[in-house]
Amino acid sequence: MLGIADPQIWLAYVLCILSTILCVYYGAKNWDKGDEPVYPEDVTWAEDEKKATAEN
Amino acid sequence: MDNFAILTVIVVVYLFVVAYLGYYGYRKTKNATDYLVAGRSTHPYIMALSYGATFISTSAIVGFGGAAALFGMGLLWLTFLNIFFGIFIAFVVFGKRTRKIGRNLDAHTFPEFLGRRFDSRFIQGFAGITVFLLMPLYASAVLIGAARFIENTFAGVNYNTAILIYTLIICAYVLAGGLKGVMYTDALQGTIMFVGMLVLAVYTYSTLGGVIDSHQALTNMADKVPAKLAAIGHQGWTSMPALGSPLWWQLVSTIVLGVGIGVLAQPQLVVRFMTVKSSRELNRAVLSGGIFILAMTGVAFVVGALSNVFFYEHTAYKAISLAVAKGNIDSIIPLYVNSAMPVWFVYLFMITLLSAAMSTSSSQFHTMGSAFGRDFFEKTLFRGKQFLYTVSLTRIGIVLGVIATVILGYNLPGSVIAIATAIFFGFCATMFLPSFVGALFWKGMTRAGAVSSVVVGFFGSACWLLFVHQKESEALGLCKLVFGKASLAAGTVWAMVDPIVVILPISFVVAFGVSMWTKKMPQEHLDACFKHM
Repeated sequence: MLGIADPQIWLAYVLCILSTILCVYYGAKNWDKGDEPVYPEDVTWAEDEKKATAEN
Repeated sequence: MDNFAILTVIVVVYLFVVAYLGYYGYRKTKNATDYLVAGRSTHPYIMALSYGATFISTSAIVGFGGAAALFGMGLLWLTFLNIFFGIFIAFVVFGKRTRKIGRNLDAHTFPEFLGRRFDSRFIQGFAGITVFLLMPLYASAVLIGAARFIENTFAGVNYNTAILIYTLIICAYVLAGGLKGVMYTDALQGTIMFVGMLVLAVYTYSTLGGVIDSHQALTNMADKVPAKLAAIGHQGWTSMPALGSPLWWQLVSTIVLGVGIGVLAQPQLVVRFMTVKSSRELNRAVLSGGIFILAMTGVAFVVGALSNVFFYEHTAYKAISLAVAKGNIDSIIPLYVNSAMPVWFVYLFMITLLSAAMSTSSSQFHTMGSAFGRDFFEKTLFRGKQFLYTVSLTRIGIVLGVIATVILGYNLPGSVIAIATAIFFGFCATMFLPSFVGALFWKGMTRAGAVSSVVVGFFGSACWLLFVHQKESEALGLCKLVFGKASLAAGTVWAMVDPIVVILPISFVVAFGVSMWTKKMPQEHLDACFKHM
């Protein structure tokens, strides 16, 4: 299959493509899901991250 | 204008564009609120490609691509794990919780994340210093990958000069600290990498007669496997090595499992989850992330394996890739690109590799700097007190990291990129994965359980590499010095088994067992960790 003799290799080849399809399907299906409000912890974190980035 | 001059101009223009985009992104996100809002209005394409650019480096393309020329297409198992664990599981299962817990604990580095989750300065300090000491190995793998390409592309540039050239470029890039973590530069680099690898795949398959015919040509070369490789299990480039042979253990335990599983606990990647704006961005990034990784490691490993057909059937060498590269697998991809591809593509590939290396190197050096300055000194030794020189310590950490990386780059032997990367990834898995999994999913994991697992993971892996896993124990020589033989397990299967196969399960058992018998984390601490979840 696919010019590849060993089933263990073409299985890997096919699984690479299938797992990519899984990623595409999951991403497309949940494209607009998971938006979250900005909590006070997020603001504190962003302020500290900005400070750390500027210091480095 | 000769090739070197043309390439110099292209590289300089590229660096200016990168610098401009960094400045543009920095200006656009001046304060914390901008920083939070920016992600919500940014196109998901930009958001997603920035992950891949940090994940994939010259180590994956040049080092592991070269390894595929040696081992064959069995490396595609690593691509599968890269996509399934490195993208899908990492983003969907680990990423969302890491982001929330990291924000709740105000953690900014991976050691800090673990340290605060288990309320342990020891974990932050120990993780910080081990990351700082071990990461030069991985950083040097990226450096060597870039240098091997420069060396093989320009007749007048030797390997040592190539290392110096790349180091100067990366130093200028890293020292322009404002570029750190800005999505636009990463996205540009990701785009270039994507286009470069796509062209490489299409050109290679079409040159060799199409997908199935080129695979078949590689299958037909099984009788060209050198006797020395056949003796350790090589059965052809479209077959797995013989089950249980030295080559099988190296491919499966060190390369596929070490890197494929180790990706889940990479300090420089885990922090990326904390910087995204919401779970929605992670959902969207899964889509492009999967395609991106397939285009990176999938292409590199297939092309690496197929380079054998090219060199044997389409060149005057009439030899397999390993022989053309004089035994140094790190030179195979650079030699292939320079021999098989048109000149314009060599320029494009140079920029592709520069993009791949820069985006990873800069995050590695910043991780080393913060591990040294913030995690080890400021938060652990100074117990959180800030001194004027704390910032300098982070910068000193970066400088020391660069020096260690360059020294390793000059001194490590050939064919080392994949092994050096796998050792670092393996260490990260055995040290951090059990406590990271516990931090995210098990409120019952105790501080003692996490500490024990981190310590057992580090010393277990170190002892296994020094005294058991023969590939390293023989090279390092300590086992010979102390016990008079290359490996304590010489002649047995254990001498071929990578630490991750033995030490990672032990580290998980220790984390679980110790947590069952030691004091639980206070409820109010757990409530703070898991707030809004």
